[in-house]
Amino acid sequence: MANFLKNIFTKNGKLSTDELIVKKTIISFFFFIVLMGAGFWGWKWLRHQPETANGTRQPLRNVLDMNESLFRKILSNRHLSKEYSEADAVKKVRVNGDVGLKSKFDTSSWRLYVIRKNGDTLTLKLDDIKKLPKTDIVFDFKCIEGWDQVTHWAGVKFSDFVKAYGLTGETQMKYVGMSTPDKQYYVGIDMPSILHPQTILCYEMNGQPLPLNQGYPLRLIIPVKYGIKHLKRIGTIYFSNNRPPDYWFERGYDYYSGL
Amino acid sequence: MIWSGLLIYWANDVYKIGFGSKTLLKFFPNSFYNALHIPFHLAEGMSYHFVFMWLFFINGFLYVLYTVFSGEWRYLLPKKNSFKEAWQVLLHDLHIRKIAPPQEKYNAAQRIAYSAIIVMGIGSILTGLAIYKPVQLGWLCAIFGGYKMARIIHFALTIGYVLFFVIHILQVIRAGWNNFRAIITGFEVANTKEDATAEEPIKK
Repeated sequence: MANFLKNIFTKNGKLSTDELIVKKTIISFFFFIVLMGAGFWGWKWLRHQPETANGTRQPLRNVLDMNESLFRKILSNRHLSKEYSEADAVKKVRVNGDVGLKSKFDTSSWRLYVIRKNGDTLTLKLDDIKKLPKTDIVFDFKCIEGWDQVTHWAGVKFSDFVKAYGLTGETQMKYVGMSTPDKQYYVGIDMPSILHPQTILCYEMNGQPLPLNQGYPLRLIIPVKYGIKHLKRIGTIYFSNNRPPDYWFERGYDYYSGL
Repeated sequence: MIWSGLLIYWANDVYKIGFGSKTLLKFFPNSFYNALHIPFHLAEGMSYHFVFMWLFFINGFLYVLYTVFSGEWRYLLPKKNSFKEAWQVLLHDLHIRKIAPPQEKYNAAQRIAYSAIIVMGIGSILTGLAIYKPVQLGWLCAIFGGYKMARIIHFALTIGYVLFFVIHILQVIRAGWNNFRAIITGFEVANTKEDATAEEPIKK
């Protein structure tokens, strides 16, 4: 053993072939084991990082946020979700999740509250929204769980809505927050995505008023995001420069969740 | 990476092999999930997947750069007769054929396997991107036959890696110590006859 160690510091030319083989083997295996150990240690380190309030270990969250800023650069109003014909849309639309819909709900007293920058609240009835230009969209709805479904929705483009109700000043801010009337479900969406031309405040599915379990009277349809952001039964809309709280973000999912 | 992929796949595990209503193989049985503590970790799976994708991508990218610039690609790309020879290698390794085709640094079967794994890697990156950003990269998604098909390809490639890994490890064990040392050190020890003259080709 002592000889091996000595040979490591001896010049190659002075060693016999057998000694050289042993020397090179030892050095190579040394680095092999060190690299394996480093990989193992790195993994252990990561697994020992505490989970933060948003359900993810901080180093992972940092990379997710880095991914967001990278992939936001390719987000464009010209990149549209592929649209299908109405005949392609399924009749039986999957219902996935009822958070925010479980409280007692009086449909007649429902109002949409839009909180303006100066703190004023704009209160709207469904007819105030229905009278705006209607946009239909048939697209492949994608759930974060991995399933997708071609579905048909209709409502007013969010970008048309903000113009009609003089909210363009508010859209200078970075985020939009939305929550259900009972505040149990809430999402935050970056401004470029909410102003995307396919994003609609939706009140119809397959040409009929939304069913209760699909968010009657008004829900969000935002094809550039996973289903977790398509909030059902919108109660309040507000604007912010900071990330509004987001239900699934707090449970470990990516904030951006952009497609 | 495969582990985090499983955490994701579990949330919607629809793939199976079968015909008609008959299922031959379901991906995956519940006992498999439970043994690996897979259920209800979708968010965790996604966060690991979208972090470690960088490690795998950078590692693969550097490997390809190295093979290109070092000239090692010459030993790795299949040649004209590689496909015929690979069949002979297979027969030999299964002990059906006695004589192995001539072995260079890598034999014909290895050339095909090691080149295919690069193509598969590129396939995983591209289908992965197509699934990750199916709207912004809609054209890429369309190339792979749409969102559903891109997901199937991404999944099937992963099954391919598992098979590659298993066969690779078995072959390394079968080939023995000298070969394993060569993998780690980069040189191979060949015994030559002491009395061989310089003019004669050296035979093992």
